[in-house]
Amino acid sequence: MRWESWSEFWFMGGYGLYVWGSMGMTALLLLLEMVQARLAHGRALALARAEKALENS
Amino acid sequence: MNAFFAVVARDLRLAFRRKAEVLSGLFFFVVVAALFPLAIGPEAVTLRHIGPGVLWVGALLASMLTLPRLFENDWRDGSLEHLVLSPHPLGLLVLGKILAHWLVSGLPLVALAPLLGLQFDLPSDALGMLALSLLLGTPVLSCIGAIGAALTLGVRGGGVLIALLVLPLFVPVLVFGAGAVEALSSGLGAQAHVSILLAMLLPAVFFSPWACSAALRIALE
Amino acid sequence: MTMRWFYYAAPQTFYGLAGRLWPWLAALALALTLAGLWVGFALAPADAQQGEGYRIIFVHVPVSWMSMVIYLAMAFWAVLGLTFNTRLSGMMTRALAPTGAMFAFLSLWTGALWGKPMWGTWWVWDARLTSELILFFLYLGYIALTSAIDDVRRADRAGALIAIVGAINVPIIYFSVKWWNTLHQGASVSLTRSPSMAQLMLWGMLLMALAMWVYTLAIVCYRVRTLIIERERHTDWVQALPEVAGAKA
Repeated sequence: MRWESWSEFWFMGGYGLYVWGSMGMTALLLLLEMVQARLAHGRALALARAEKALENS
Repeated sequence: MNAFFAVVARDLRLAFRRKAEVLSGLFFFVVVAALFPLAIGPEAVTLRHIGPGVLWVGALLASMLTLPRLFENDWRDGSLEHLVLSPHPLGLLVLGKILAHWLVSGLPLVALAPLLGLQFDLPSDALGMLALSLLLGTPVLSCIGAIGAALTLGVRGGGVLIALLVLPLFVPVLVFGAGAVEALSSGLGAQAHVSILLAMLLPAVFFSPWACSAALRIALE
Repeated sequence: MTMRWFYYAAPQTFYGLAGRLWPWLAALALALTLAGLWVGFALAPADAQQGEGYRIIFVHVPVSWMSMVIYLAMAFWAVLGLTFNTRLSGMMTRALAPTGAMFAFLSLWTGALWGKPMWGTWWVWDARLTSELILFFLYLGYIALTSAIDDVRRADRAGALIAIVGAINVPIIYFSVKWWNTLHQGASVSLTRSPSMAQLMLWGMLLMALAMWVYTLAIVCYRVRTLIIERERHTDWVQALPEVAGAKA
């Protein structure tokens, strides 16, 4: 293991802002993308169900 | 071939009937060229430095402004469909329209640029290269821009959308066009730039009508 | 062999296939990410010149690669779509675009964050970053065009054309930007000059790159399923799906 302690890990030899700024934005956008995909899927299903209701009425 | 010239002649005639549309593009170029010194300052040294770039970007934007009208008017009154359905190869007819567009919207910029270059205190050899690079570059811009115009036929937000599609594709022309003037001024010689501009012009003239035809068929079906 | 491919080109069959695939791909992506992060942050040593700051490459290089790979994939599906006129090809291109744009943005973001401590400025007009910026614009153009056209089929095909035109231009753009950069004596340091690669560094990068690639496959499968439901919702087979017909899935 390279790191003596957690605080050392976060400090990242002085580059903490840049390294975690990069990792953080990447993680954030990936998460947002997954959430957006899930929501879009839900909307599509709702549309399909509405279609069915329209057909049946 | 007759069809080609017929299309060119027709588009030129129509453009002359709508002088305002054509002239507004040129006025835009003139105005934009004046904006930069106003924004940056009148020092001749700076202006000489930025002049070629500013004029190239201005010409690029001005020629892009007139793109929506390339196919729009014909599409509105139904003549575009006739062109597409005609027995003549669509690529040839499209090339005719592109040529007419360049003659009206591009070539005047080539003539105007050296005049505006005087406002940037550019030496005469730089003015000459500016004109030459625009002469070779603006047709490429018309060719590439036509593809954007064809794809966005009748689409909302047409003008800005064309810009978004087409500006990244303009970058190589801009780099070598403005770069040619810069190279000449710095004594390196612009032969390479001019050769590359020519090398871009020929494929553009061949490839663009084909891509435009495909785009028009996609838009019209 | 070709018959099998065309079999999966039907939205109905692809829907089922993608439905079975994406969870496994997602799990694999997660595993690869964890492995890559472990190697990159726990095992790989610090760099001689860049200290701990170089670790940004464990995301910067993978997202840059993916932004380019995805654009090529889009162009591939675009060609397929225009040639064979299959509906699925259009959906694949559309599904790839947002992820590609995201990776292009991340490439710029992480590139800036890498550049600031190393070379003092948030942005450097070096050839690669500038080309990446233009690639980002190409993605935005595709997304804008396909969003602006109401007719789905026309939007797909117009988007396919612009994707192909863009793909053809990418090498030209890259060449011209490189030329421009050297001429103007731009940043003589370049982000391509990465730290001398210790084995572990390389492994960390490769694992992360693989992770993002598998993630992309997963999210594209998932997105295409969404598009299929949206576009094919009138059909019997969609209406008969348990998640549509039955109780909430």
